[in-house]
Amino acid sequence: MIKNTKQNYLNHPRGIMSWLLTVDHKRIGLMYLVSGILFFFMGGLLALVMRFELAAPGNDIISNEIYNNAYTLHGAIMIFLFIIPAIPGALGNILLPLMVGAKDVAFPRLNLASFYIYSFGALFALYTIVNGGVDTGWTFYTPYSTQSSSNVVPMTLGIFIIGFSSILTGLNFIATVHKMRIPGLTWYKLPLFVWALYGTSLVQITATPVLAITMVLLMLERFLGIGIFDPALGGDPVLYQHFFWFYSHPAVYIMILPAFGIISEIIPVHSRKKIWGYKFIAYSTLSIAFIGFLVWGHHMFTSGQSVFSQIVFSFITYFVGIPTGVKIFSWILTMYKGQVSFTPPMLYALAFLFLFTIGGLTGIFLGAVALDIHLHDTYFVVAHFHYVMQGGTIVAFLGGLHHWWPKSFGVMYNQTIANIAALGVFIGFNGTFFPQFLLGLRGMPRRYATYDEQFVELHSYSTFWSGILGISIFIAVMNLFWSFMKKNKVDPGSNPWGGMTLEWTHTSSPPHPHNFEEEPVLQHGPYDYDKVIVQKTYKK
Amino acid sequence: MAHHNPDAPSHLKHYFHDVNQQYETSKFAMWAFILTEVLTFAGLFVAYIVYRSWYPDMFVDAHKLLDVNKGLMNTIVLITSSLTMALAIWAIQKNNKKLSVFMLLATFIFALVFLGIKFLEYSHKFEVGQLPGEFYSYMGPDAVHLNNPHIFFSIYFIMTGLHGLHVAIGMGLIAWLVYSTQKGNLTSEYYTPMEMIGIFWHLVDLIWIYLFPLFYLIG
Repeated sequence: MIKNTKQNYLNHPRGIMSWLLTVDHKRIGLMYLVSGILFFFMGGLLALVMRFELAAPGNDIISNEIYNNAYTLHGAIMIFLFIIPAIPGALGNILLPLMVGAKDVAFPRLNLASFYIYSFGALFALYTIVNGGVDTGWTFYTPYSTQSSSNVVPMTLGIFIIGFSSILTGLNFIATVHKMRIPGLTWYKLPLFVWALYGTSLVQITATPVLAITMVLLMLERFLGIGIFDPALGGDPVLYQHFFWFYSHPAVYIMILPAFGIISEIIPVHSRKKIWGYKFIAYSTLSIAFIGFLVWGHHMFTSGQSVFSQIVFSFITYFVGIPTGVKIFSWILTMYKGQVSFTPPMLYALAFLFLFTIGGLTGIFLGAVALDIHLHDTYFVVAHFHYVMQGGTIVAFLGGLHHWWPKSFGVMYNQTIANIAALGVFIGFNGTFFPQFLLGLRGMPRRYATYDEQFVELHSYSTFWSGILGISIFIAVMNLFWSFMKKNKVDPGSNPWGGMTLEWTHTSSPPHPHNFEEEPVLQHGPYDYDKVIVQKTYKK
Repeated sequence: MAHHNPDAPSHLKHYFHDVNQQYETSKFAMWAFILTEVLTFAGLFVAYIVYRSWYPDMFVDAHKLLDVNKGLMNTIVLITSSLTMALAIWAIQKNNKKLSVFMLLATFIFALVFLGIKFLEYSHKFEVGQLPGEFYSYMGPDAVHLNNPHIFFSIYFIMTGLHGLHVAIGMGLIAWLVYSTQKGNLTSEYYTPMEMIGIFWHLVDLIWIYLFPLFYLIG
């Protein structure tokens, strides 16, 4: 079925211009991947600088002002330059058309435009860094953000521009899922990663415009003093928070839904078992996307809200737990009595299950008004957020990279090193962030460059393990790129994990420039391990 | 890459099966884009609602500073342009290139008239200082008692400004349509771009239909 062809999207056509002007979704995905990883390292270094500053109380390494810049840039880079654009942009771009059997996304040129809009927006963010940073926190709360003399405008302009990229990618993916599927590939036969990207894209096209307009209003507030967010001019700073979180809460689901999709692919393949509760997982994706729009007020329990709205937002927040729980249990039941193999992708998926569950459950703590008023703006929030975003999204992203690496690039990494790195990520992550729950419970506020003596032990512990975490991630990523540089090739027809989706069964590794030699004909569902035997094939 | 099927029309991109799939995809994406546009303006409508409920009397009094006649004229102009846009599509469906180009040109001119009237309105407001935020300086007898009138003008300028930007972008797109229709690139066989830009143009019209009463006809 898969022809042994020498021609693939990486080597055909050749030349730098064939990359810069490519409309091939796989090449665009690779460009997103490279830029995403660069920003990931940049944001990660900032995190380590902060952690080492916090190893002991007092200003040991950096000043308060630089610390303020560090956490703002860490947040803004990780969220707006890495997680939101790069995960759907990289894995989504490479895989979505392959998974639906299409030759490309619905609008390939628009796809390239998205990448350049993202790059253009990123330039503003980089300008912010070289021009002295920005110190408002990634949330740009008014009134401080309208008064701060740091680079609020370049940063928010960058985010505004990147928003367009996000919207256009979302539009493209939605149209692709609706209209580009091969005949016979009905909605319920789609891989769950496609459902996840679909849910993500829906949120991208509906929430991002509100962020765009909020950023415009913030910039106008600075330029013209329009008064909308400024109490001195008759406006309301809390309205800014409503606008911001109306986007940024759904944006949390832009960040986590693709991760859910990755886990839904890794677990059945590496357990060689049909996914449990396909429709539950598919619909829980859509319900999370929907409920996500109704809970933004839970970020604002201490911002001056009526008790009635607090209760309503708190109540709806709990509802997010239902579809999320449905997913977790479905994944666990998928593994039950399966042939679980401890490959690097599976290790990341297992790590995800532990870490994301802790992140999700502590989210319920924070959704409870009374508890949130105690925990608001403490390290408890920091820990919760990182358990979801890093323990959830980034761990899943690393798992997805390891899962699809041989498919996307036709090379295999050293699996032993990958396993050790995955273990290091898991231990280092818990060591870094679990103490932060305790710090938060004891009242350590977030966004401070120094702290009281009583917190020394937990802070130094967190710093020590953050080093292990950083080194582990570095090793994991280098191990991947090393295999690429060393050209540690796999056979183009290989299917090392025994995947059943179209990208494994119907195209070579790396895929053909036009994805498939001929249009694939669907022979089985994405997880029919109970009906069809797919051999694991892996030849050098 | 050339299409496998030698009979495929030139406008059919190789990654689509057939003309119908390509058309349906464009139309679907266009409606999704319209949803995005609606949400962009929705944020501003929320700001409008919040401040109108905070300052109901100021909104009613400040709206009297706007020129209802110019606003009404613009409403008529824009609705007519929506009609000519629809007629341009109808004409190209009938393969009447000449009529289609004429209707597109009419749409373009109506859009220009709209922006011209808007320019007159704006320049008057600039002269008397009815401006957003800190730049508001109007102290006329009909405004001295107003509580934070600059907020009304902030919202007025941002919403009508963003709408005006859409009109200007629409004009660029319509100009391109005139060119491609005249060149014969768009025919009754393939007129997807015209239909898509038509949808966009109707949205621009529709947003104005909300803006007009909310700013010019309150109280």
